[in-house]
Amino acid sequence: MSARPTADPTAAADRVGRSERRKDAGEKIRGRAQFAGDINLPRMLHGKVLRAELPHARIVSIDTSAAEAMPGVVCVLLGSELEHFDPYWGHAIKDRQILAVDRVRFAGEPVAAVAAEDEATAEAAVRSIVVDYEELPVAGTIAEAIADDAPPIHEGALRPGLFHGLGELAEREGNVCYRYRLDAGSVELAEAEAEAELTVEGEYEFPAVYQYAMETHTVVAEFGDGEITLWASCQHPFLVRAEIADLFNLPIGRVRVIVPYLGGGFGSKSYTKMEPITAALAWKAGRPVRIANRVDESMVTTRRHGMRCRMTTTASRDGKLRSRSVRLWLDTGAYADNGPRVCATAGDAAPGPYAWDAVHVDASCVYSNTAPAGSYRAFGAVHMQWIGESQIDELARRAGIDPLEIRRRNLLRPGQPVRPDGTGKPLDADLVGDVEKAAAAVGWDEPKGEWTGRGVSVGLLAAGAHPVSRANVRMEADGTVEVNVGTTEMGQGARTVMAQIAAQELAIDTDRVTVQGADTRFTPYDRSTGASRSTTLAGLAVQRAGADLRERLLKTAAGAWGVERAGLEVAEGVVRGAGREAAYPELIAERFGFVGGEVVGEGEVRPEQGSGSYAEGPVFWEICIAAAEVGVDPETGRVEVTRTATIADVGKAINPLLVERQDEGAVLQGVGNALFEEMVYADGVLTNDNLLDYRVPRIEDMPAQMTGIIVENADGPGPYGAKGCGEGAQAATPAAIATALADAGVPMNELPLTPERVWRRIQELQEAKSR
Amino acid sequence: MRIGINGTRRELTVPARELLLDTLRDRLGLTGAKRSCDVQVCGTCTVLVDGEPVSSCTYLTCDADGREVLTIEGFARSDEFAQFERAFVDRAALQCGFCTPGFMLTLKALRDAGELRDRDDVIAGLDGNVCRCTGYKSIVEAAEALAGEPAPAAAEARAGGAAASGSRDAA
Repeated sequence: MSARPTADPTAAADRVGRSERRKDAGEKIRGRAQFAGDINLPRMLHGKVLRAELPHARIVSIDTSAAEAMPGVVCVLLGSELEHFDPYWGHAIKDRQILAVDRVRFAGEPVAAVAAEDEATAEAAVRSIVVDYEELPVAGTIAEAIADDAPPIHEGALRPGLFHGLGELAEREGNVCYRYRLDAGSVELAEAEAEAELTVEGEYEFPAVYQYAMETHTVVAEFGDGEITLWASCQHPFLVRAEIADLFNLPIGRVRVIVPYLGGGFGSKSYTKMEPITAALAWKAGRPVRIANRVDESMVTTRRHGMRCRMTTTASRDGKLRSRSVRLWLDTGAYADNGPRVCATAGDAAPGPYAWDAVHVDASCVYSNTAPAGSYRAFGAVHMQWIGESQIDELARRAGIDPLEIRRRNLLRPGQPVRPDGTGKPLDADLVGDVEKAAAAVGWDEPKGEWTGRGVSVGLLAAGAHPVSRANVRMEADGTVEVNVGTTEMGQGARTVMAQIAAQELAIDTDRVTVQGADTRFTPYDRSTGASRSTTLAGLAVQRAGADLRERLLKTAAGAWGVERAGLEVAEGVVRGAGREAAYPELIAERFGFVGGEVVGEGEVRPEQGSGSYAEGPVFWEICIAAAEVGVDPETGRVEVTRTATIADVGKAINPLLVERQDEGAVLQGVGNALFEEMVYADGVLTNDNLLDYRVPRIEDMPAQMTGIIVENADGPGPYGAKGCGEGAQAATPAAIATALADAGVPMNELPLTPERVWRRIQELQEAKSR
Repeated sequence: MRIGINGTRRELTVPARELLLDTLRDRLGLTGAKRSCDVQVCGTCTVLVDGEPVSSCTYLTCDADGREVLTIEGFARSDEFAQFERAFVDRAALQCGFCTPGFMLTLKALRDAGELRDRDDVIAGLDGNVCRCTGYKSIVEAAEALAGEPAPAAAEARAGGAAASGSRDAA
């Protein structure tokens, strides 16, 4: 018998709730962690894509003869060669082809692809292809796309994709591909607005921005005998697998997606991106192919939706909120990608976390001749929160109430319905308590100088996506454990958190647990890595799998010892009870009568009621709360964020340090979105498609004080009461910066808050004052 | 050309226009340096050439002729690396890890040059490295820890009363 256990499974022995070291740190700091671009298969070719230079044009002819004649070129692929596949894809709406056949709808749209022995040859070959275009009228902005005489970007009925997930597809209206409407309340909106004592209304612009995961979209594809294998930088391997199988008419099991480490995701690698082209090129070449985008290519592969919005919010003189009406248009670019869901989520977030007498939301997802927009951290919520919260602050100013006080009076309380029509989950968090903590952390009541402001923002984000996750936990004969779970490690620390959960359930050290990336051939199904869902849903599947494995070990011991299972328990790597104990390897040897075998536990999460659809959900409401302090230089218009505080209302922090670290990253992305990030288009063509002209936050942009506050009320649906995090801080930060800047005297209705825009606004306000 | 790669002399024949990043990744299989922005902004391709950080995505391999290149794979084998490991791992100063080798090598060069003394040095010195995941706070904390710690070689040299010597001091 092995050494006696030294500890009981008490709090001190808990593996969850502890800031354990990242499981992936050793490989990553040594440069050994493998990313898709580091994979080199024997006979692998390099692919490059010819992308349209025009935003909207008919393809008259394509001449590939020079490319095909080039030494080192193995093949050139055109869309016309793929028509026998029904080459339309798109998880929400099947609206795009693998390669454009007769028409391009955005500058950057793939038109042809080349596979060559090396990347430079592929690139030269791509440049030698001559395409003759006939230009078509361009709708490069939301205004142009919704105008009465707008050029139609798509014709015919909309075809739903495999994962549309938002109910029936309505008839397409012009360039609008999806519409979300909400009308609710105890009184009519018109009545509420007519009777309002205080009214704030405005028009707002939110810029398209780029996720900039530092690793660009990268895929290696091998097209074998009726089988495709992909090594892909993708967040949702199982959805990619299904879309690729559908596209190439293969059984799902004949498509294998293997996910190495991701060099950041933030939504940019959600759903399917470069996988169809790479697979098609490998099919034609008959050899493995790698396509690694350059940054300018990834910037036309996906981005965050730009938005125009009109909002009106009313209140009574004492600051009681009455009504809100919202009309918004999201620019989803030439293909829908995740636009419909972004639109529904923005519509969901538009009312904000308040109770209204009347609320009306009308949100349109609009096609335009720009590159497709999809998911980016906190989509929908980040779009709406700065607008809604700016209006709440303006009402507070007019009512003569402190911005914190107007929120205390009006915020939803736990148990109240979040959706104004009463559907979905009620609120499961203490918003007032949370926002007070955030405000205190930026010195809310401290005196402040001229041109300094402080702001708070509160919002809710429908999180979790569809609640389907499976996992298994396997114990080898030596007692080491492997967790098989489909969550993609993209920096958030999933492999560490999953290991901690399994270790907790089995009462072993986290060091004994290994977690690999997904290989869809072996890894149990998981819907996706996004929507802050992994710890909550995949984590719950791992917890259940761990518990199932534990139960099998207990039953093995009971059988071997001839005792009742009920009196046995696990502790520190042993089963004990009935006056006996045995380490796990001994039990496995006992079970198989041999030094070998394994014990596997299974865990599954699926909708516990109804279909788990978006309308019935969400899985949980992610809390989006931040406070900020800014200083603005009236001479230059430069805004400096001096203090931020964010709330991670996570129910239970499995690894508190990783929660804090993820939110710090969200704050800086929020600073970028608020202060300087913006994709600039001229007639639909992106003009700042590089990191020199598109500025992401650098180390000097870090606020001097960043406070991350973890709130643990064990009120989440995940393991140990956990719920997800990492997006709320991103939605809340731009809003807190905008409200802080308004508090400093400069209310703005357009992001980013560039020095020029802020300076012009200051001039406007001063002129208005002197008049 | 002859080039020192992580302490080993290599004889290489490369096209005149080949970039050091491609030589390292494709020819030598050293994939710790990553490609991202291609325009010397992000720093994820950082390696040290004769102790100086360079963006290998815009550095011609032939310009490294006769010089010594240190990549993360080489640095990770040094005694000094243990300090970097503690500084970064204890603080979870990495997430996706794509940029991490570049940050570490830049910090090593700064410290070797005596330009890693305090927070201001950290902010100024890491201006050429972008991290999209961490929000920088944890990296600043890791760098401040390194700033307060002498490199093992320097500590030995001081203990022995000998003048420190090395390419950085000569430059």
